[in-house]
Amino acid sequence: MRDTGRDRAGLLWVLPALGFYACFVLYPLTQTARYSLYDWNGIGEATWVGLRNYLTVLTDPTLRDSVVHALVLILFFTVIPVSISLLAVATMGRLRTGAFVSAARTVLFLPQIIPLVGAAIIWTWMYSDQGAVNQVLRAVGLSALARPWLADFGTALAAVGLIGSWVSTGFCFVLLMVGAGKIDPALYEAARLDGANAAQEFRHITLPALRNEIGVAATITTIAALSSFDIVYVSTGGGPGFSTMVPGVQIIRLAFTTGEVGLSSALAIVLLALVLAVVLPMQVSNRKARP
Amino acid sequence: MNRGIQLRERVILGAMMAISIVPFVGVLFTSLHPQGIVPEGISWPASPQWGNYLDAWSIGNIGELLWSSTLIVLAVVPVGVLVCTMAGFALGHLRTPGRALISTLFLAGLAVPFESAIVPLYYQAEALGTLNTRWAIILPMIGLLAPFGVFWMSAHFRGVPSAISEAARMDGADTIRLFLHVHLPLALPAISTLALLQFISTWNQFLVASVLVDDPGMRTMAGALGAFQGEHRTDVVLLCAGAVTIMLPTVLLFLFLQRRFVTALLAGAVK
Repeated sequence: MRDTGRDRAGLLWVLPALGFYACFVLYPLTQTARYSLYDWNGIGEATWVGLRNYLTVLTDPTLRDSVVHALVLILFFTVIPVSISLLAVATMGRLRTGAFVSAARTVLFLPQIIPLVGAAIIWTWMYSDQGAVNQVLRAVGLSALARPWLADFGTALAAVGLIGSWVSTGFCFVLLMVGAGKIDPALYEAARLDGANAAQEFRHITLPALRNEIGVAATITTIAALSSFDIVYVSTGGGPGFSTMVPGVQIIRLAFTTGEVGLSSALAIVLLALVLAVVLPMQVSNRKARP
Repeated sequence: MNRGIQLRERVILGAMMAISIVPFVGVLFTSLHPQGIVPEGISWPASPQWGNYLDAWSIGNIGELLWSSTLIVLAVVPVGVLVCTMAGFALGHLRTPGRALISTLFLAGLAVPFESAIVPLYYQAEALGTLNTRWAIILPMIGLLAPFGVFWMSAHFRGVPSAISEAARMDGADTIRLFLHVHLPLALPAISTLALLQFISTWNQFLVASVLVDDPGMRTMAGALGAFQGEHRTDVVLLCAGAVTIMLPTVLLFLFLQRRFVTALLAGAVK
């Protein structure tokens, strides 16, 4: 039994947080939904257009591509960091604690601590014509590959995505490393006695034991990928052309630069639906995986 | 054999650390070249220009920015943490009617991209007259951070045995006293973690700051960094010096409190 009595009083305790949440998140969301049904430039008269803005989001190649780009970013923000981290954790085996390991945790967290704007500035310089990436390529005799990575239509999206990989990998790795540290060593010894090889150990012990951590890392980084804004806005602004345009940047551009508030809002609702559609199944399977 | 495993661990950890740290080293080196030139890759300058940092400090108005970010954080974090702790107490411990529904409502907010609310927030700030003031950042940030805060604090309060409250009730404590004298002291570790997480989210907030406030001097550090980049993108050296200066307070605080930071971020993720 929890605390009894004073039932209604509990609502008073929730009220301040609920008030802020309702005023600055829930109410604005209903406004976004309302704007999305109008043709409105933000200043003049708004005209009711029903679902036409949604039709535009789904059919206009630029807008549709921005949604596709957000999905592509999941590969860079989530799949690559989680795979690298899993590989590293599996190769390292059980980790001891010590000065080196705690120094590693600190260093690996640095990209996570600085603002994403900072990460974008650092990498904009790294990717530039005379930047470190091309410097390395020229040094190893691959100068033919050197290019301004963020200005090249073919490489810009991958280059932006890799900034996200750089930011998330340390976080995913430390998360999985801490999780792996909690696995009972007796499990590995038993497996070894049964003649299991490293790959079998990984599949049957490490991977199942880390399911919860993997789920958490995947959920957080996927939300970051789909709703990415800072990195793209600062490094490319969505260009060259629209080759790195993502919904987050497009929402701001449509609302404040081209004066298409209705269309911007429809895209914002589509983005919200997309995040929920991708994250909810992940959460459900996470909860199921828990003991 | 043991030594072999240790060496392998060190190599892997070392490689991952290098990937994290090299870009920082690159920016640091670049920031010390003479202004106006474009250095070739990562290279240590012939004569390091430490004066670039003085220029970046005055050109970027870093002192003013630090003050502005501090004001914003000082408003967001105490209020945010207080309202989330109260709500967490009611949802996780008291028998509040409808608490399952209210908890789900907050939980859903964890998946809301800020971009989905930002355009109405702009018109709202315009109507409230807070546009281009720090309030335009402060008030929405408290709301936007509430879902995680409430979720985090309810998880803490659900873990507190109800026998503790029953004993206090027996001694005649009302809900306010129960909260202040019994539960608040017990919740301090969870509260300080939440405060740290809200601090990072606010200090590093870019979208809300840059959409709702035009003057970089009234924004958060991240918002100001974006503006600095916009103005000085052609002078790579000065840009790097500015970026280092703006990021330095966060990095120093992180190194100072690193154990707490890492634990807080990991705990915040796993709950």
